Amino acid sequence: MENLSKAIKEAARKLFAEGKVDLIIGFEEGSLPLRATPCFARNAQEAEKLIWNSGCNNNLAVYVPQKKGRIGIVAKGCDSRSLVGHLKEKQIERENLVIIGVPCQGMVDRKLLEKKLGNKELLSIEERPEEIVLKGDGFEETVKKIELLPDNCKTCKHKTPVIYDILIGEKVEEEKEADEFEKIKEFEAKTSDERWDYFSDEIKKCIRCYACRNACPLCYCKECCVDSSQPQWFGKSIELSDSQVFHLMRAFHTTGRCVDCGACVRACPMEVDLRFLNKKIEKEVRGLFSFEAGINPDEPPPLATFKPDDPEEFIK
Amino acid sequence: MEEKIISKEELPELLANITRRYQVFAPVNKGDSFAFEEINPEDKISFTCANTKKSVKELFFPQRERLFAFNLHKKDESKVSALSDRKRVIIGVRPCDAKGISIFDDVFNGKDFQDPYYLQKREDTVVIAIGCNAPERTCFCTSTGGSPFSTNGSDVLLVDLGDSFLAQPVTEKGEAFLEQESVTRKADQSQIQLKEKVIEKALSSVKSQIKPEKIKEKLDKNFDDPLWTKVHEKCLGCGVCTFFCPTCHCFDIFDETGGQTGERIRIWDSCMFPLFTLHASGVNPRPTGKERLRQRVMHKFKYFVDNNGKVACSGCGRCIKYCPVNLDIREVLEQIQDQPLER
Repeated sequence: MENLSKAIKEAARKLFAEGKVDLIIGFEEGSLPLRATPCFARNAQEAEKLIWNSGCNNNLAVYVPQKKGRIGIVAKGCDSRSLVGHLKEKQIERENLVIIGVPCQGMVDRKLLEKKLGNKELLSIEERPEEIVLKGDGFEETVKKIELLPDNCKTCKHKTPVIYDILIGEKVEEEKEADEFEKIKEFEAKTSDERWDYFSDEIKKCIRCYACRNACPLCYCKECCVDSSQPQWFGKSIELSDSQVFHLMRAFHTTGRCVDCGACVRACPMEVDLRFLNKKIEKEVRGLFSFEAGINPDEPPPLATFKPDDPEEFIK
Repeated sequence: MEEKIISKEELPELLANITRRYQVFAPVNKGDSFAFEEINPEDKISFTCANTKKSVKELFFPQRERLFAFNLHKKDESKVSALSDRKRVIIGVRPCDAKGISIFDDVFNGKDFQDPYYLQKREDTVVIAIGCNAPERTCFCTSTGGSPFSTNGSDVLLVDLGDSFLAQPVTEKGEAFLEQESVTRKADQSQIQLKEKVIEKALSSVKSQIKPEKIKEKLDKNFDDPLWTKVHEKCLGCGVCTFFCPTCHCFDIFDETGGQTGERIRIWDSCMFPLFTLHASGVNPRPTGKERLRQRVMHKFKYFVDNNGKVACSGCGRCIKYCPVNLDIREVLEQIQDQPLER
């Protein structure tokens, strides 16, 4: 991790020296253990703060559509896939983007970490290749990093960024065994009542803070339909049906676009299982269109294109 | 007012007694976090959590509250819905959350306006706070005019002495409440001394060095400072900080209608949302995250001080813990504090 941090700083220094970027978005040390925080460096000096560790869990692509000028961005696999989405959806020009790709071994989920710790307070950590040492007042515990990874990291098949201009460190071996749709298959095996109950029980926890939407790189709409007041499409309170409609709307709007980066799940303070909605739709899209989002910037999104020889009758 | 002792062995009996007479809320373990929930006589409670995930404010100011219902055909039936008539005890409120209640008192029971929905809940509730022997690293109550053993906003303050709790009545309501409980005894001198030691130790563990009066001096002058452009940059503009905050009290009111009937609803709002200040004309005086984050800091550390003489932040640290991008309010405040003051 130390070496990766050094290499990122060095790459950033060079980009500023060569005048190739106006801004580099990366991570700096956060105020809590295993919580790196987004960093916006506008010169080589500011870039000295850039770091890399297992707490770099935000998807930095979320900041790209609002920025002007030439942007350098530190991107792990999922961030790079979101950038593919931005390129595809014309949110940024490729020539204005310098992607500093960092192959990722998964980012620690702070909620899993909290579960692991119980009521103990984490004061510092030490990262080892596949382990993390958790330290606090009167305890020191070594845990396997995989135990602290969320499902989307555990089954991630694009750990090495799919596009990049500079690659930091070595490419990593991609996951081949894990079934990314395992939980979805379990969900599908339930009766419709059970599925509805699961959906309702999860959404009941929602407090409508919109952290999921705002952390999502896809949610760059100038005005979200849930914020519209004339007409008001959505009820704004925590009434279950209002929250359900909001989350369904968001899931449908990200159809064929979501790259399962997990930003929404990580941002949610109430631990709502938002992944199952998006992942279920991703599975449908995979089956219907043989399409995987966030891989090829030149491949049109399946729901924004059509083929004259489409086998479906309705399209003709 | 006389300090009492409640032994931990007798606590279940005391709680069972209270639950028979009152609706009792206490922190309940939800697995990886705690939440204030109504408890039954047989329930065991513990105060092992530093704090509940959501603050106590929703028991006084629910996220969604029906103000009244109406019917277009029956004019006379439009009326204020009945408020709860059950007396409540909330036990295990941390002093930061109790300070939040005192901020709510300033807002909803102020000189000019009294909010009946809030007032009824407030008057019908005994707030039993418990001091914090072991503050967390996200705690900064001592920087906002509080302390791990502040009595502000509570009716009784409990101090954990190990085998027992020392109960310090704060208000007459609190004193009357303790009077009727037979399991409480008068605290002796050694117990009072032990209390002082516990408090001293806890105080020294809160490390934050923010001085609200210095922040205020800077905020009086830095509205147009370039600092705001920088500090907001990573903010996603979600409502986590405001919704988890025990002092944030801004709300929105709207009607939920269906056909000829409807309800007027009050919900939590957040100054971090773009819609918060959007005018009907389409103009938004706080068009970006910069203006919104500035408003949040200004409201807590300047405007509220101007209007009510105290900081509208209790230093509970929830906004630090739950912020999806680790935008730490202490760091923002430190940057403001360190600004050279222009004259």
